[in-house]
Amino acid sequence: MVQMLVKTLKKPITSTFIAIFLGIFFASLILAFAGYAPFDVMKALFNGIFSKPKNIANVIIKSTPIIITGLSVAFAFKTGMFNIGAEGQFIAGSVAATITGLSLNFPPFLQIPIIILAGCLAGALLGGIIGSLKAKFGIHEVITSIMLNWIAFHLSNFVVNCAAFHKPNSSNTYTINENGFTTLFYKWKTSEEGLKFLKEHSLISEFFLKTDFNIGIFLAIILAIFISFFLFKMTKGYELRALGLNSQAAEFAGINIGRNTLYAMLIAGSISGLAGALVITGASPHNISDLSMFENNGFNGLSVALIAGSSPIGCIASGLFLGGLLYGGQFVQMQIGTPSEIINIMIGTIVFFIALAKFIPILVDKFSKHRIKSNTFNKF
Amino acid sequence: MKISPEYAVQMRGITKTFGSLMALNKVGIDVKKGTIHAILGENGAGKTTLMNILYGFHQADEGEIFLEGKKVFIKTPHVAIAHKIGMVHQHFMLVDNFTVTENIILGNEIANKLGIINYKKARNEILKIVKKYRLDVDPDAKIENISIGMQQRVEILRALYRGIDILVLDEPTAVLTPMEISGLIKIMHELTKDGKTVIIITHKLKEIKSSSEFCTIIRRGEYIDTVNVRNKSEEELGAKMVGRAIKLVVDKDEAKPGKTVFEIENLHVYNERKISAISGLCLKVRAGEILGIAGVDGNGQKELVEAIMCLKKVKSGVIKINGKEIQNTSVLNVLKNKIATIHEDRQKRGLILDFTVSENAILGKYKLRPYSKNNVLNNSEIGKLTKKLIENYDVRPKDCQNSLAKELSGGNQQKLIIGRQITCEPDLLIAVQPTRGLDVGAIESIHRILIEERDKGKAILLISLELDEIINVADTIAVIYNGNIIKTFSQNEADEKVVGLFMAGGKVGANARKNS
Repeated sequence: MVQMLVKTLKKPITSTFIAIFLGIFFASLILAFAGYAPFDVMKALFNGIFSKPKNIANVIIKSTPIIITGLSVAFAFKTGMFNIGAEGQFIAGSVAATITGLSLNFPPFLQIPIIILAGCLAGALLGGIIGSLKAKFGIHEVITSIMLNWIAFHLSNFVVNCAAFHKPNSSNTYTINENGFTTLFYKWKTSEEGLKFLKEHSLISEFFLKTDFNIGIFLAIILAIFISFFLFKMTKGYELRALGLNSQAAEFAGINIGRNTLYAMLIAGSISGLAGALVITGASPHNISDLSMFENNGFNGLSVALIAGSSPIGCIASGLFLGGLLYGGQFVQMQIGTPSEIINIMIGTIVFFIALAKFIPILVDKFSKHRIKSNTFNKF
Repeated sequence: MKISPEYAVQMRGITKTFGSLMALNKVGIDVKKGTIHAILGENGAGKTTLMNILYGFHQADEGEIFLEGKKVFIKTPHVAIAHKIGMVHQHFMLVDNFTVTENIILGNEIANKLGIINYKKARNEILKIVKKYRLDVDPDAKIENISIGMQQRVEILRALYRGIDILVLDEPTAVLTPMEISGLIKIMHELTKDGKTVIIITHKLKEIKSSSEFCTIIRRGEYIDTVNVRNKSEEELGAKMVGRAIKLVVDKDEAKPGKTVFEIENLHVYNERKISAISGLCLKVRAGEILGIAGVDGNGQKELVEAIMCLKKVKSGVIKINGKEIQNTSVLNVLKNKIATIHEDRQKRGLILDFTVSENAILGKYKLRPYSKNNVLNNSEIGKLTKKLIENYDVRPKDCQNSLAKELSGGNQQKLIIGRQITCEPDLLIAVQPTRGLDVGAIESIHRILIEERDKGKAILLISLELDEIINVADTIAVIYNGNIIKTFSQNEADEKVVGLFMAGGKVGANARKNS
């Protein structure tokens, strides 16, 4: 009985749940201290996420990009690199998707893959720069990533203000051509028969009509499964994991360190770029706008990967969780007037406790040893 | 034995458990003042645990400690230091980019009221100790620039600076060259002459014979015996340690060498500092022969292995396997040409500690059929291979297939690596320090495996710093000095003293300079 408890407590997932619980608990303390009733806040948060099908759909939409950037970070982490550049790669992907989506106008079955490919390539380009600088000159990826994040940021603003793309009297570009939209049933749901059908099925109607529910989440799930398969079942994934855990032994076993570092960052970059492209094709306003600060789609990916313990499948759950908090947080602000910073503090606290949660198995170990010892003493 | 002030340390009925593992079971020890006392046992026998209890790193579950007949409770290393006990660990605890003086005074700084450290005073005091015990340490050198042997002396110096009377050395010779070992033994004698007591933890029989007066033997957490070293032979001590008779000499038949498999001609290689590390080295290994390379550490052994493996650029010269040149290609090409290497650093180069045993079993051959097909790993074939390795090479525990490699003991990690490299069916097997840090039982079985492979007609290149190992196992012995093979012996004409002389460059004087 005790041993089973010890075993469950030592599982990483238990630590994660304890961390989430502690994060919420401490956020509640902060709320109470700031003069808000924690219970009301949690209720508003819960309702914000689950009260209507529309909200659930929006949580999923909000989660999709951070699940994918989370996959990018988790993947890079498994290969021994810290891809803090997911933010820049995401921006690069969205810029490339916007440019191709505006400049080309093929039928959807061509247009969509071309836009997505462009996004992936743009992300891969940034990742490739990071990877090759590390492979060739040993420059740490965190430094180059931070620099490239800013380059991507300003490049994006440059593109927004280019005459060819800038929509007059706005702070954004034109909307990409409709053939590139990946919103589900985009044409059908605004057609006459679609409207008629949806009128009869109010639940589904809310899900699709009132939101930009798109193919992104399905791609994210497929991608997570594929990355898992790639890392754990394929020879290339084996090589990259070996590199991540012990590059010297990997080198000794005939694995080319430089080349594989580059591959790893190319893949991680293209995953983040994909996330950027899917946001452009999937959700309104289907364009990019002048950024005054980072939108955190990549940085939230870091939290997603951390909460998931770098498990690709885990990124789906942690991405949805974080997306829920981010989306539901807006309701807390609207209904109770709590500043949105509180939600950010809560997310921060959870991530903090997850970093601390590595100690839980150690504590459990210590506690259980104590138990065994005192049991032996009782026997004698 | 009675508790008496004549003994520097007496431990009685020490019991310690880690979880369900009984590390020590009612172990006792009596160390006479002013002697060198060895604690002998195989890896994992509990000798380090016993001393960690004395030093306050661990607390015993049961048992008592007496210092000079007085009962003490040592809860932390601070208490141990207050009782004038010092310990030098196997892995040194020095700050690399601090000087020797800074490292020694760390935690014991002499400072004025403003908190400004009086380095001059500290330095003078250190020099006094250096002179007294002839330690040969430069107090102003940075740790990163001095040899391992000198780092160890810094550790000893630090203990002496704190005024200790009892010095515990944990496996002090594991990292030292033969010359440094004899230097260390001299220092230990200097200490006992001054009335200090030295306890050394080791599993090397030869060093016990040459250094200690008494020896306490521990086997699997149980106290076995305490003997007067002078009256016992190495074989007798070894038998007590492992619990059965051991053979220190390896039996083997005469080698029947065939054609030359591997050849190096006029090899030149630079080291990291762009200084010539190998200059004009030539050697040949024939099928069915073990070529042993003897030499003091740092004479080009590391660069030789790295050059063969294509981890390091060859400046000029030729490396040929089965007539094919492989220098300056890639590691992958070397592996494809049937060269398998057992690297000296098993945890850094040999294994991925956070991979499972079966993931490690396919390191270097995951691309081959049947272990993978169309880039997808075949788990059932990998499992079969792992089971075969565990069975054939006696890796323990038997059900470790899915445990992480870091959970295995050193000897079992090494057996896994050796098994993996041999099942590559190499034409040339390179074994670099294959028994480093292993206990007698594991050493015996590794030597047996190497000889079996030789008898199957493999060419084997054995590189080791342990001269005994080379003389015992190799059929032909080549001495490496300053990046060149300066002398070759056949096994029956090799004499430890003569080979040792060549290891020092043929001149005794040169040797002393090199190791000072």
